[in-house]
Amino acid sequence: MSDYYFSAEKMTVGYDKKPLIREISFGLNRGEILTLIGPNGAGKSTILKSITRQLTLIGGCVCLESRELGNISGRDLARKMAVVLTERIRPELMTCKDVVATGRYPYTGTLGLLSADDHRIVSDALKMVHALELADRDFNAISDGQRQRVLLARAICQEPEIIILDEPTSFLDVHHKLEFLAILKKLVKEKQVAVIMSLHELDLAQKISDRILCVKGDHIARYGAPEEIFRTEFIKDLYDLTEGIYDAEFGSVELPAPAGKPKVFVIAGGGSGIPVFRRLQREGIPFAVGVLSENDIDWKAASHLATRVISDRAFCTISEERYEEALECMKQCERVICTLESFGEMNLKNQKLLKKAEEFKMSVEIPT
Amino acid sequence: MKRSGSIRYAAVFLLLTIVLLLLIVWNINSGSVPLSVQEILRILLKKEGDPTAVSIVWQIRLPRILAAILLGGALAVSGFLLQTFFHNPIAGPFVLGISSGAKLVVALVMIFFLEKGITVSSGMMVLSAFVGSMISMGFVLLLSRRVQRMSMLVVAGVMIGYICSAITDFVVTFADDSNIVNLHNWSLGSFSGTSFAQVRVIAVLVLLALAAVFLLSKPISAYQLGEVYAQNMGVNIPLFRAALILLSSLLSACVTAFAGPISFVGIAVPHLMKTALKSARPILMIPACFFGGAVFCLLCDLIARTVFSPTELSISSVTAVFGAPIVLMIMVRRQK
Repeated sequence: MSDYYFSAEKMTVGYDKKPLIREISFGLNRGEILTLIGPNGAGKSTILKSITRQLTLIGGCVCLESRELGNISGRDLARKMAVVLTERIRPELMTCKDVVATGRYPYTGTLGLLSADDHRIVSDALKMVHALELADRDFNAISDGQRQRVLLARAICQEPEIIILDEPTSFLDVHHKLEFLAILKKLVKEKQVAVIMSLHELDLAQKISDRILCVKGDHIARYGAPEEIFRTEFIKDLYDLTEGIYDAEFGSVELPAPAGKPKVFVIAGGGSGIPVFRRLQREGIPFAVGVLSENDIDWKAASHLATRVISDRAFCTISEERYEEALECMKQCERVICTLESFGEMNLKNQKLLKKAEEFKMSVEIPT
Repeated sequence: MKRSGSIRYAAVFLLLTIVLLLLIVWNINSGSVPLSVQEILRILLKKEGDPTAVSIVWQIRLPRILAAILLGGALAVSGFLLQTFFHNPIAGPFVLGISSGAKLVVALVMIFFLEKGITVSSGMMVLSAFVGSMISMGFVLLLSRRVQRMSMLVVAGVMIGYICSAITDFVVTFADDSNIVNLHNWSLGSFSGTSFAQVRVIAVLVLLALAAVFLLSKPISAYQLGEVYAQNMGVNIPLFRAALILLSSLLSACVTAFAGPISFVGIAVPHLMKTALKSARPILMIPACFFGGAVFCLLCDLIARTVFSPTELSISSVTAVFGAPIVLMIMVRRQK
């Protein structure tokens, strides 16, 4: 047994006694967020269904406060664990408040009548998710973002110590995604709730989670802190990224660079080049960039987007060698785009490149 | 909001009670022997007056009224349970073929015993109807695992109903002549000829089942959010599902045993009640369905009895006239 609030030890999950993912182990304390990431169909939902007892475990065990989950009564567990699911529910003739109030189920009497206290808890939960004004609206008539918040309020009403969410942000736009996760984060900190959820958005997972569980194939590909997981190479492997690339520093994905011989040469630096790189990539025009210092933000972006990047060591003036290389490359191109308005000591050679281009009577685009 | 809801609920129940009382009086009043309201009150409260009138009221009309109330209520509640179970607003004991299954087994049992000269007791009737209900229910449950669409489930239920009805017709055709008349009337559905002894059995079974259903209103409300949420709230799903199936089958078996299969009440009444209450909360819906079913069946029985008097219509033909359009309406509305 571990000291964690909630833990899985060598848990094997699957349907109809057929193991799908084997030997899953993790531990979580209250006030922490564990996020499951991994490709579609990898079994994130299967794991979540297994720890909420919708599926029976095939092997191993799951413990809550060192008690095995299977030994906890339905009512006791309901007071500790709440769920927010992906599947749409369409309850008949229920207001949002009615839906939230169902969270009080484990606390009400035989007939399920709500006390004044229960009503207060329902209102508080609605307030916490900024949905108080939705209380009397029909649950089927509200937007996806509102619905997720109301379902979260329902879970809060259950006064749980742990909340399990299956892709809670899937149908939401960016505003509602951020709003939802901000509420969740607040909940975790204020009420010391443990959270286990699955997310599709890697950038959000990286920013909100304390621990990450990567699901792939029949095992857990990796488990650890976000810093250990969100590495360019690992994410590439996890999702089998053959097209495009994942950038760990930016936490973003990039489409693949246009292939072929560079047609445009871009003289850039200090972030000024990124919009041009994106435009060229969008239009499918292969391009080269030079000469960039290896600590330049443009260098990072260009390495994903450009067909060729000519760069030199960080914090150094551009060497003659690199300059020559860039010049050769530029001569092969049809066009030159310069995104720099001024040059400094470090990249004086870029200014020289621009002059050369003008000398060669190449088509040159400069900032206006 | 909360207050206006309470007023609405009170108004609905008050209205149902008033209509029910009016219908009871009207039902006693109408028929081939007309009786005035004063006479009825005297007969009911003091059991005095014209001996024929007393026996008509006490032996014929009152048991029939009580049967219509209890069985109508039972049907509507059974429908509500099935709709909850299948998350399908057009599920009901009749369209899912459960009534027809009960009818088949009851017909078989009746023919078997009558041919040996043994009269079938009320208990035996209910038991065979229950067995028949459970058999049909078993088929529906098997099918429901395979068909995802709600409408397909209903089509499957209707088919099961047709198969059962066909077999029933078949055995009825080959039964002894003397049995046929009875059996034929019963297999069309009617409250006529219910005795007080039968009413007692009906009352005990229906009221017990109803009490059990009412105690289930909390888990039913959780189940309305879907099985997974219900499970997370601590509902023991297998136990709960079994209870729903057993209770709804028992209620509809009672109806079929004593009055034959009665169509559409199980769908129409819960729908009307839901619309009137503007709520689907089980704690309100269960009593409302019971009262609503009672009113609906009492009204239909009155029509069946009096419109073409002295010829009686089968109760199902009347309930279908009122019930089927409501079912169509639900289906059209859900398409939108």
